[in-house]
Amino acid sequence: MAAILMLGGCSSSKSVSAAGALMKTENNRKSAPEFELKDADGKTVRLSDYRGKVVLLDFWATWCGPCKIEIPWFIDFERRYKDKGFAVIGVSMDEEGWTAIKPFVSELAINYRVLQGNDAIAQLYGGVDALPTTFLIDRDGKIAATHAGLAGKDDFEDGIKKLVARQSTALTGRSVPAILFGAN
Amino acid sequence: MVTARHGATLEVKTRAQLKSGYHANSNTPSEAYLIPMRLTWAPGPLEATEVVFPKAQMEKYDFSPVPLSVFTGDFELVTKFKVAAGATGGPGMMLGKLRYQACNQNSCLAPKTIEIKLPVVIQ
Repeated sequence: MAAILMLGGCSSSKSVSAAGALMKTENNRKSAPEFELKDADGKTVRLSDYRGKVVLLDFWATWCGPCKIEIPWFIDFERRYKDKGFAVIGVSMDEEGWTAIKPFVSELAINYRVLQGNDAIAQLYGGVDALPTTFLIDRDGKIAATHAGLAGKDDFEDGIKKLVARQSTALTGRSVPAILFGAN
Repeated sequence: MVTARHGATLEVKTRAQLKSGYHANSNTPSEAYLIPMRLTWAPGPLEATEVVFPKAQMEKYDFSPVPLSVFTGDFELVTKFKVAAGATGGPGMMLGKLRYQACNQNSCLAPKTIEIKLPVVIQ
């Protein structure tokens, strides 16, 4: 016998479901860490570029089956909510880089920005031990909800709807429902 | 540690224990995008001629439309070696790498490589 190897990690495998129900109150949200990563065109993208928008930040990889379930949902969200100040950012944790990422993006017709991740951003966001790990970030750049593992589409959408309905506090000085703007 | 004479062949078992609730892709995964399990050995006093994997299980998971070829629980890999031509007598070391990628029902861990050290004495 050469060795007895223990495989499998110690990371949390719990799925944090019901994003709407588990949305952190505004006072309890922490700032999402700033990052600088490259997109498929080699352009540097920063989280702060998206300040004022609601962001769904998805850590994924081409070898991750559960990630492939969620990505079509995110494509749908990008299409339906982008005009409401929403954006999806996919951060690929593929070690092979764009050689693996680009064909996958093309195959799934991903319509949102995909960035190449690294260990540094994973550490900034708490380690990202398991994929998919997804963060919903409000217009003020604060983390409103976190999903570790595959969640339900409605769970994400409930959270997105709540967040896009709120204006940034930076614009008003206080958080108010967006529907009040323009009211006579 | 294994002991072998010049010209001999031998088999070495590597036992793996996968944490409950997790599965690892087999050496022949069902889908092209999945990372296969691999056991490789660097050149040394022994020459690996074949790695025999256990029979994989076909398991259905919610995140996959098709059953996946996986290993779960405890399993063994068998490496068939022969003493390398020109191997020097005395103690030596074989270095192996087990590459695997594991998931549970709703999330996946990053691919990992475990290094294996096999002390060898050539007589």
